[in-house]
Amino acid sequence: MEVIDLSWWQLALAAGLVVVLATCIYLARLGLAGSLLVAATRTAVQLALVGLVLEALFSVGSLLWVALMGLGMLLLAGREVMARQQRRLRGGWSFTIGTAAMFVSAFSVTVLTLVAVIGPTPWYEPQYAIPLLGMMLGNTMTGVALGLDRLTEGLWRQRQLVENRLMLGETWSSACGSIRREAMRSGLMPIINSMAAAGIVSLPGMMTGQILAGTAPALAVKYQILIMFTIAAGTGFGTFVAVSVASRRLFDHRERLRLDRLTSSTA
Amino acid sequence: MKEQRLSLDQLSTDLLQPASLEVAPGEIICLSGASGSGKTRLLRAIADLEPHGGTARLGHRAQGEMRGHAWRRQVMLVPAESAWWFDTVGEHLQQPQPEALAALGFSDEAGEWSVDRLSSGEKQRLALVRAMSFKPAALLLDEPTANLDPDTTRATENWLVECIHKRRLPALWVAHDQEQIERVADRHFHIADGRLEER
Repeated sequence: MEVIDLSWWQLALAAGLVVVLATCIYLARLGLAGSLLVAATRTAVQLALVGLVLEALFSVGSLLWVALMGLGMLLLAGREVMARQQRRLRGGWSFTIGTAAMFVSAFSVTVLTLVAVIGPTPWYEPQYAIPLLGMMLGNTMTGVALGLDRLTEGLWRQRQLVENRLMLGETWSSACGSIRREAMRSGLMPIINSMAAAGIVSLPGMMTGQILAGTAPALAVKYQILIMFTIAAGTGFGTFVAVSVASRRLFDHRERLRLDRLTSSTA
Repeated sequence: MKEQRLSLDQLSTDLLQPASLEVAPGEIICLSGASGSGKTRLLRAIADLEPHGGTARLGHRAQGEMRGHAWRRQVMLVPAESAWWFDTVGEHLQQPQPEALAALGFSDEAGEWSVDRLSSGEKQRLALVRAMSFKPAALLLDEPTANLDPDTTRATENWLVECIHKRRLPALWVAHDQEQIERVADRHFHIADGRLEER
C-alpha cells in the first residue's frame, strides 16, 4: 500500500483552520491568540528542519551522527524541563538534575529496547533509534518537568508544615514524604492515564501514523504496546531519579529545608 | 532521662552578634525584643533549622555531633504558628496525653478532634502538648501564649512551668508581656541592636 502524498497547499488548508481559531480567540479576547500562532509556527519550522536533519541522518547513518543527534535532543529536553519550572534550583541544578534523570532513564531504556527488543542492524539504525528516542524523551521530559515542578511548588507552599515536622525530630525524607509522593504521582499520571485509555478513548499517535503509512494494524499494535511500556518505564525511572535528587538538594547536610536554593522565575 | 544543660557557644545569626549563654536544667530564660529583632531566628538557629555561626550544646554534645533530626528531637522548638498534617489531633501525638490535655482544659475526646476545626488558640496549646509528647531534653518556646486569652494564658503558663521543673528541662521562652516574664522567668535577656543582654 502506498502512502498518499501530501502537498504544501493541502497543509496550508490545515493551517487555515489554526488561523481561523486564532482569529476567534482574538475576537473573544482570550489573550491566547499570540501564543497559539507562535506555537503553530514553531511546529511548522521545527518539524520542517527536523525533516531535513532526519533525511540527512538516514543517508549517513553513522553511530557518531546518531549519537550527536541524541545528545542534542537530550540537551534541548533538559532546557525545556528547566523552562517549565515555576521555581527552579539555583546554580544550574535544575538543568543538571533534569538532564541527568532523562539521560539515565530515556537513554538507557531506548538503548535497551533497540538492542534487546527490536534488534535492527546496526543497533543504532537511525530509522528506529531517533523516533524511539524522541518519543521516550518527549514523555520523560513531561514526567520529569511535572514531578520537579510539583516538588518545588509543594515544598514552597508547605514549608511551614515541613519545618514543623523537622522541629519534631523527623528526618528530612519523612518530613517531605507526602510532597515527594505527590510529585511522583503527578509525573506518572499522564502515562498511566494514556495507557488506561489507549485504544478505547484514543488511538495513540504512533500507531495511527503507522497504520496511515500502511503497516498492518496487528504489527502497529505490537509496536504501540512496546512504546507504551518503555515510555512508562522511562518516565517512571526518570521522575523517580529527578524527584529524589532534587528533594535531597533542597535539604542540606543538617537536614534543614533550604528554600533559598530555589529561585522563582518571573518570566 | 539524665538532665542536661543547654548552652550557646558564640552562636550568631544575620541579626544577632555572637552570643554565649547557659541554661541550667529546669531553668527558664525569657527572651524579649522588638519584633524583627531576631528572637525567632535565634531559636531557629539553636534548633539548627537554618545556617548560623557558632554552635549550641546539649550537655557536652554540640549540634554537629548529632544528625540534624536527632538534635531537633532533643532540643525541641515549638513555633508560634503550628502546622498539622494528619486528620485528627491524636495522630500527631507520640502517645496519648490525658493529663496534659486535662491540665490545659481539654476533654478526653480532644485526641479525636479533626485538625480542620481547631481554633488558633487550641492549635497553640495542642502544639505544646504534641511537643511534650516527644519527651524533649530542652525546650525552645516561641511566644507559647500569643493567641490565648488571659485565663487560658495563666493555665498554660502554669502547666509549662510545672513540666519544665518536673522534667528538669532547660527552656528558652520568647515572651512579649512583661508580667508574664516576671511570672515565669528565672532570668531575662533582651535582644536589641543585635546584642543579647541580661536584664
